[in-house]
Amino acid sequence: MLSKPPSTRPLGAQAPSPAAFLQARAAWRWPEILFWISAFGLILLFPNRHLLLNEIAILGLFALSLDLILGYAGIVSLGHAAFFGVGAYAAGLLAKHGVSEPVTGLLLSGAAAGLVGFLASFMILRGTDLTRLMVTLGVALIFHELANRLDWITGGADGLLGISVGPILGRFDFDFAGTTAYTYSLTATFLLFLLARRIVHSPFGLSLKALKDNHLRAATIGIAPNRRIVAIYTLAAVYAGMAGALLTQTTQFVSLEMLDFARSADALLVLVIGGSGYLYGGLIGAIAFKLMKDTLSAMTPAYWIFWMGFILVILVLIGRDRLMATLARPFAPLLKLLGARRP
Amino acid sequence: MLTILFDGIAYGMLLFVLAAGLAVTLGLMNFVNLAHGAFAMAGGYATVILMNRFGLPFLLCLPLAFLFSAALGFIFERLLYRHMYERSHLDQVLFSIGLVFMSIAATDYLMGSQQQNIHLPAYLQGRIFIGGVGIGIYRLFIVVLCSLMALGLQWMLAKTRFGSQLRAAVDDRRAARGLGIPVVKVFAITFAFGSGLAGLGGALGAEIVGLDPTFPLKFMLYFLIVVTVGGTSSLTGPLLAALMLGVADVMGKYLVPQLGAFIIYAIMLAVLMLRPQGLFARGR
Amino acid sequence: MPKSTTALSRRALLALGGTALMLASAQAQAQAQQTVKIGLILPMTGPFAGAIGRQIEAAAKLYMAQNGASVAGKTIELIIKDDTGTPDVTRRIAQELLVNDKVSFLAGFGLTPLAFAVAPLATQSKTPQIVMAAGTSSITEQSPFIVRTSFTLPQVTIGIADWASKNGIKKAMTLVADYGPGLDAEKSFKERLTAAGGEITGEIRIPLRNPDFSPFLQRVTDAKPDALFVFVPSGLGVQFMKQFVERGLDKSGIRLIATGDVTDDESLDSMGDVTLGLVTTHHYSAAHPSPENKAFVEAFRKAANVRPNFMAVGGWDGMHLIYQALKKTNGDTDGTKLVEAMKGMSWVSPRGPISIDPKTRDIIQNVYVRKVEKVNGELYNVEFSTFEAVPDPVKAAK
Repeated sequence: MLSKPPSTRPLGAQAPSPAAFLQARAAWRWPEILFWISAFGLILLFPNRHLLLNEIAILGLFALSLDLILGYAGIVSLGHAAFFGVGAYAAGLLAKHGVSEPVTGLLLSGAAAGLVGFLASFMILRGTDLTRLMVTLGVALIFHELANRLDWITGGADGLLGISVGPILGRFDFDFAGTTAYTYSLTATFLLFLLARRIVHSPFGLSLKALKDNHLRAATIGIAPNRRIVAIYTLAAVYAGMAGALLTQTTQFVSLEMLDFARSADALLVLVIGGSGYLYGGLIGAIAFKLMKDTLSAMTPAYWIFWMGFILVILVLIGRDRLMATLARPFAPLLKLLGARRP
Repeated sequence: MLTILFDGIAYGMLLFVLAAGLAVTLGLMNFVNLAHGAFAMAGGYATVILMNRFGLPFLLCLPLAFLFSAALGFIFERLLYRHMYERSHLDQVLFSIGLVFMSIAATDYLMGSQQQNIHLPAYLQGRIFIGGVGIGIYRLFIVVLCSLMALGLQWMLAKTRFGSQLRAAVDDRRAARGLGIPVVKVFAITFAFGSGLAGLGGALGAEIVGLDPTFPLKFMLYFLIVVTVGGTSSLTGPLLAALMLGVADVMGKYLVPQLGAFIIYAIMLAVLMLRPQGLFARGR
Repeated sequence: MPKSTTALSRRALLALGGTALMLASAQAQAQAQQTVKIGLILPMTGPFAGAIGRQIEAAAKLYMAQNGASVAGKTIELIIKDDTGTPDVTRRIAQELLVNDKVSFLAGFGLTPLAFAVAPLATQSKTPQIVMAAGTSSITEQSPFIVRTSFTLPQVTIGIADWASKNGIKKAMTLVADYGPGLDAEKSFKERLTAAGGEITGEIRIPLRNPDFSPFLQRVTDAKPDALFVFVPSGLGVQFMKQFVERGLDKSGIRLIATGDVTDDESLDSMGDVTLGLVTTHHYSAAHPSPENKAFVEAFRKAANVRPNFMAVGGWDGMHLIYQALKKTNGDTDGTKLVEAMKGMSWVSPRGPISIDPKTRDIIQNVYVRKVEKVNGELYNVEFSTFEAVPDPVKAAK
């Protein structure tokens, strides 16, 4: 389908001269443009895979949101589904109680998730990686349980019924083949990506990277760590919430699985496959992950999970860099231009 | 009321045995092994097969389950895990999740996906009354066995030569190697031992928490909670944490069943907020 | 498929996509003259794979092996997909099956939310959705194209409530898994028992992810009711039974009654003697004494190497329903006609005589009162009393 291979893992930043660095990083490279043109081109090609593509776009956005905190602020999270779920339920409840226009619902859901993210961000300011891992996980588990308990609002374990989503901006109805859904999700992902790209290439983004690389040193040159972490975590929550809202709106159903641990873990896997810290990792990882899952589970519905695990183990053992370097040698310049840096 | 307290302790003890191996690999070797549950599951299945197909007595199966999982752990350590020690935590997470997936599907393929059952010998069934408090014999058995094991572990780490070698190897690999400590061997043995403990936990726990191919995923969270709440710098931490969580969980569900699953998560969050290094960690 | 190189406005693109789709579906209809495809969506991995997914898969394949892969001149093709028990995946798979594979039937649906998620698709595409497993009463109300061949929780619960009040049980407690079917069971048991003059002294709901039952059972011990009514999904039954006995509740004079989910045939034999004498009500037992069932169990065991449970029989009857509906419409795959054909259909299933209620599209079947006994050294639910032709009581009351 997409000929782009998953990418390599970036190294920690090695700083060239600052001004040129900022500009060089912010400039658009032609493979990036190509990436998005082909993504939008798929609206025309492969009309029978739009549902899967829609899922890929949403998972990509979700992983992108995780990349914002993992790749740019070094926060490991195993509970990112909390925000995905909040956004998903917010969108579902909005659509159920009158706000059926998707774009409005998307923005409001993002705001709701952002608010939760803002509050939760104060819990991850302290502690080691492991502590953060478990705190984020704990938050997600509590939200999962809340959604289960508050069944008069959320429908509990049966899921939220009666969601009716109107046409986008009052004009484009969701069609059966998922073409509108894919176009909608891809557009949203693209716009959010543009915003993320601006942010990470801004001085704020750089200061985050500085924090990630060396907390102490960053603090001594006057970068206030906590405020930046709160800001990026909130932003990531907004993104995750919007991803959740997209899934709700394009499938017209919300269930507890939106908040499931597996969803957080998937996002992390996707990001590790795609590589973190250059924004495309989530998107490329999502493509690789979903296609792999789809192909494997079509081949052996009951035991595909074995091969999935096998691929993961091989991937790590051989080293993603080495494996991909071999597979991707022909595309290496392309990936480099996408922003992935290699040793 | 006391009965429920005792149930909580037994549950906590079981959690400890299941998680102790993880505390060792994560705390001492600084390796995030999410596949820990897979070794526990292996021990459980070993027991089921030995008992149901070969008719071995339960008590004999327990050490065999330990050995089986330990052997499995040893093989995996030699073949796979040792390449991962120097990697980032993220790589370790990805790698061990991959192993979990494989173990789930493989177990499903080999053993079927249904719940497995262990038939306890008659002398471990039923309950006794001590001072009017009804206590399940099997739970008493778990508490006694696990306490002995916790003591033994602590002794081994703190007092034996192997324990000090391990601690030295963890603190500074290179220096330890320089001192002539066989670091590679120490790590392999420790890993195998941790896996063995998990296997024993799986064998003991199959009766109470059940055993099916999704075991490693289902209980991964519990292991992680025990280890993080307890802190990773000693074994006493996870032990106390496991007991606390076990008791709080069981008591909480008994007193306020509506809150059910919240309690254990809420405790974890509260502890980690106040003591990010874990409840019983010495400051490093 | 269209490949456009000119720049077009998005709306034009969408319109184009739509046309392409219509063309494609017209083409598909031409194809459909030879093949009828059934999309069977099941949880094949994850915690529900064993008791639900594998059983239904094996039963469906067995049905096709025994009855041939063609009916009314059409070749039947079964497409099995794994939805991992996640509703958004179920929905995507269903939609892809409809759009790409042009399936004429959607079938399977292991859990309530999975069936809910697909219901709007069935309505929109006018495709019959055969629910072979999920048991929440309200599922069939979500779409006029849903037909169920499994059971509803209220349907099998009221039987045990009746049996209890007839057998002198006045005060009972309920213990159910905290999700749709569990709440359904709790509600109908309570209504039925209190209507007969009984009393519910306590209601306990346990989280689905619950490894240890002991705190909940301690509450039961403290309350000392005449009986404890239990619903937990199959798979959790083993755990529950063991801890019930471990706490000595079996000797405390508290009578345990349950729906047949607890004594699921798939795992009953491995539960051990603790279950002996347990009275449950359900719509299917592998020990049902009929020639149809004997043949079914024997063939199933040969094919799948396990005992069939009530999920398997739901899958079997689902396939039978599809075959018979196609026969009746003479191979016409129009969804509305197919559902019409299914309404009121009746046949003798391995579980006994069953029919599809023409008003609710839900199943009407016998509910049996059974007791766990040893037959030829294996534990079975042996039926000893029957409630005949029970409809879903919730919808019947409406």
